[in-house]
Amino acid sequence: MELDELYQDILLDHFKHPRNYGPLPEPEVLVDELNPTCGDHIRLTARLENGRVADVRFDGQGCAISLASASMMSELMRGLTPDEARARAADFVAFMRGEKDLDPDTLGDLAALAGVRQFPLRIKCATMSWHALEKALGKLGG
Amino acid sequence: MTTPSSAPSTLAALVHCACHEQGGGGPFDPLRLRKDFPILTLTVHKDKTLAYLDNAATTQKPASVVCVLCEYYQACNANVHRSLHYLAEQATLRFEEARRKVQRFIGAPSERSVIFTRGTTEGINLVAQAWGRRNLKPNDEVVLTGMEHHSNLVPWQLVAKETGAKLKFVPVLDDGALDLDAYGRLLKGRVRLAAFTHISNVLGTVNPVKQMTAMAHAAGALVLVDAAQSVPNRPVNVADIDCDFLAFSGHKMLGPTGIGVLYGRLEILERMEPFLAGGEMINRVTLEESTWADLPQKFEAGTPHVSGAIGLGVAVDYLQRVGMETIRAYDEHLARSMIARLDAIPGVRVFGRAPERGGAVSFEVEGVHPHDLAQFCDKDGIAIRAGHLCAQPLMQRFGVPAVSRASVYFYNVEEELDRLVQSILKAKAFFHGA
Repeated sequence: MELDELYQDILLDHFKHPRNYGPLPEPEVLVDELNPTCGDHIRLTARLENGRVADVRFDGQGCAISLASASMMSELMRGLTPDEARARAADFVAFMRGEKDLDPDTLGDLAALAGVRQFPLRIKCATMSWHALEKALGKLGG
Repeated sequence: MTTPSSAPSTLAALVHCACHEQGGGGPFDPLRLRKDFPILTLTVHKDKTLAYLDNAATTQKPASVVCVLCEYYQACNANVHRSLHYLAEQATLRFEEARRKVQRFIGAPSERSVIFTRGTTEGINLVAQAWGRRNLKPNDEVVLTGMEHHSNLVPWQLVAKETGAKLKFVPVLDDGALDLDAYGRLLKGRVRLAAFTHISNVLGTVNPVKQMTAMAHAAGALVLVDAAQSVPNRPVNVADIDCDFLAFSGHKMLGPTGIGVLYGRLEILERMEPFLAGGEMINRVTLEESTWADLPQKFEAGTPHVSGAIGLGVAVDYLQRVGMETIRAYDEHLARSMIARLDAIPGVRVFGRAPERGGAVSFEVEGVHPHDLAQFCDKDGIAIRAGHLCAQPLMQRFGVPAVSRASVYFYNVEEELDRLVQSILKAKAFFHGA
């Protein structure tokens, strides 16, 4: 696999122009997620409105893959119920680990992360923010 | 094979290998020495010749070390120090011969002061548990530095928590050297032990361990030196440094993984209680109590890593044929050559400019995360390390979450550094361009 398959344009776009970057001023929940093997750090803030995810924002330090993945995640979560968000996160993590196939049409920008599955050492970069999301949903108790 | 004269004469017949002369023969020539390391001829990712620049993590092994492991298991394998049969006697002789090789290599006054461990980490934990936990009292102080590998930090955090002792840290200056004035001031406290690295695995800084040891001794403190990066790199003599403990790993100096050495001053080791308990380390055992074996067995519970120790002995032979002063000079030359190349790339920042240095060079490339850079290098067959390098406090000191590190050894060549630069430029263009 070539590097431009790993670092696809959509991924680079999210890396260079991360969506929903910076913390919420008054988050309902704040999660700090560390990747102890590399020292990367992501802070995730979120809030619900009427039983649905109103905002997920993030900031921190990470490689192109971890920041792009966080950016994509933050876009996809808006409007989902906590249960839907949890299911989405579980599906994505299983997809990255090669434990589950997902319909390419449902992936959206996440399809750009499919190449990461060929690089076992980088899978945790892509899943880091999703684990932070799972923790945030747990804290929200929704 | 390198075998003591007492080893079975059938060994050579079992393993046909002419690697026992490796490392010697003529003036220093990295291109010739590379031939002793079969792995360095590998191509990775289809067609890229491996450029191995991760030597601070672990070095590659010459064929002589790889072969002796095979030969040991095929022709000599037995448990040591116990059974009364031919193989057990041969295995014990060779295991103890390896200990004497290490003893001479580091200038230890007695083979009884050379303890085989699993590596530097176990050596430091041994001192922390067997010496620290028993001797440190509440408000006693242990002086460490801000550039320690986690393995010379976390064991002391554990012991400090249990004993109530306090940890103090020598600050790291901007150029990557230690603040020795601050060190002198810290030694005015109730210091029982100073524990510091000889060469930083991140910054490459060579610390003045002899001077630091003398300062600590003058303050009444013992000294432990983490020599994981220095014993592979330069002549290290424990009698000259005059330290009380010195720990290092076999796998960073051409030896196998899972074997390392703790040197300890005899009179201190003799007063210490054991670390791990079980077989081998006892003298007399009843159901109620036991007495301890003499040194060094007192600290070598269980069946030791016999093949690893023998392999380490062969690695020491190899290093001595090349010459430790030669290795020091070449590593330093190559590291400085790399720094000059990195300095010429806009947006690259090198960490660690101390006057004396080893072979590890850490740096960051503006706008390119170390993991992404390592991925680009790997694609070109270049092995570097990216991350916090087991030194998170040092990352915090320099305000970065992670760095990239290229670390050289005597078998590396300038051409590999040129390739590194090309990969860095490629990654820079990729992430800055689009």
